[in-house]
Amino acid sequence: MKFTEEHEWLRVEDDGIVVVGITEHAAEQLGDVVFVELPEVGATISKDDEVVVIESVKAASDILAPVDGEIVEVNETIVDEPGKVNEDAEGESWFFKVKVEDMSQLDDMMDEAAYKKFIS
Amino acid sequence: MCDATRAANKTGCRMANGDDNRFKEFETQDICGCGVPHGPGEHHHHHHHDHSHVEETGPKRTPLYDLHVELGAKIVEFAGYDMPVSYPLGVMKEHLHTREKAGFFDVSHMGQVVLIGRRRDAAEALEALVPVNVQGLAENRQRYGFFTNDAGGIEDDLMIANRGDHLFLVVNAACKDADIARLRDGLEPDVVVKHIENRALFAIQGPASEAVMAELAPALKDMRFMDVATVEIEGVECWVSRSGYTGEDGYEISVPEAAAVMLARKILDHDDVEPIGLGARDSLRLEAGLCLYGHDIDTETSPVEAGLTWAIQKVRRNGGDRAGGFPGADRILAELDNGADRRRVGLMPGTRAPMREGVMLFADETATDPVGKVTSGGFGPSVEGPVAMGYVPASMAETGTTLFGEVRGKRLPVTVADLPFVPARFKR
Repeated sequence: MKFTEEHEWLRVEDDGIVVVGITEHAAEQLGDVVFVELPEVGATISKDDEVVVIESVKAASDILAPVDGEIVEVNETIVDEPGKVNEDAEGESWFFKVKVEDMSQLDDMMDEAAYKKFIS
Repeated sequence: MCDATRAANKTGCRMANGDDNRFKEFETQDICGCGVPHGPGEHHHHHHHDHSHVEETGPKRTPLYDLHVELGAKIVEFAGYDMPVSYPLGVMKEHLHTREKAGFFDVSHMGQVVLIGRRRDAAEALEALVPVNVQGLAENRQRYGFFTNDAGGIEDDLMIANRGDHLFLVVNAACKDADIARLRDGLEPDVVVKHIENRALFAIQGPASEAVMAELAPALKDMRFMDVATVEIEGVECWVSRSGYTGEDGYEISVPEAAAVMLARKILDHDDVEPIGLGARDSLRLEAGLCLYGHDIDTETSPVEAGLTWAIQKVRRNGGDRAGGFPGADRILAELDNGADRRRVGLMPGTRAPMREGVMLFADETATDPVGKVTSGGFGPSVEGPVAMGYVPASMAETGTTLFGEVRGKRLPVTVADLPFVPARFKR
């Protein structure tokens, strides 16, 4: 897994598709998530686009795209049950899968150890 | 009573690290419904016990500050105080726990004021500042009211209790200095105005409150909604009212500063009690349809627009024996007779997206001019969906009217709804 300074995680699947979600640390900081808005499947995204809206009981935040690519799948479960983001942020509660054009965009991202240090 | 504020704060849940460019927070309603700007120093004092660096100009602390930290509270600055916004349980569970059992709230930041009549009756004198029947308030009873201004707007809302030889007031934290100045200007020297600064204030709210408190002081069981009494709890003189600001049964208890921690621990020791922060306090009062000063009511909103006419008794209205005689009476009495042009209403968003404070309301999906605005909004844990309040023209205030709120550039449907969203469960 790779991590961004913006508290996203990215996991590369066998077929080169990248799964994106937010970290447990981010979910904990946000508090109870009550609303998630995901991009459309097929949408082309550019790094830093606002692709996801996430609202907790406390506040609204957006998540910016960590890479360039095309959305190939979104996790409707967290739209129906936003609270699942708090339960399993780094597992079942992924946000979207993206077909990444340039995998080298992941090179500079943190590994788990570096991220843990970053949030400590 | 409600926690007050004047400006919208933009805190929310900033990430602990980095400048949050990408995982950024956009304009949000405040984390705690407090509205006081938290400023760059957001005061998330994570578990700091060190008091040595407290600057004289820094936020004040209530007598329970160390206890909040010990309980793992997230601390934010609110109305000039370092206050717990949430505890490890989290806003959602704190809210639900309060509705199910009992929540303990530190509201010591609020202003406590005693009025003692000298050359003039305090109740009679206070009626010059509030459109409330204070003289008709029975001994050991409490009433909700508000200070009005000459334009008919609201300067603050408050609780007024008749304690026989004096009146006891509880006012909002953010307004307390102005309120005390207003009281001194208006009432002294005929009435003595005493700011009580050596007492903490607790709220215990929720259906288990009576059972919890009766274990410490059986007399509390016999109080009804809006009764007030002086009761000894653990040998300490407490000023108790059966009231609160969550829509639930419960008590507000003024206790001597020196005994505050001891009494708070006694109450928190009960299995049914959890400490509750300002975050859940805000969602509880919103679901209960109660106004937050500085948001749902302010210096521009009249009591009639705000739907608070129930707090203006007949004797102070046109035709009453003591009609008028309070600031802004011309406008307020006229609006009582003829209605106001706009009204505060409940708003039930039609999608899962919360409509927070500041969301503009439109008559339809394409209209260019807004017809109103959301003044409080968020997620209602007991409603299990988004809830809001706001102002709309009187012609659109009927329950069931569909309007559109603009959220992130999209017009989303929202329906005018009856308040409260959750039925009140006071012990009448």
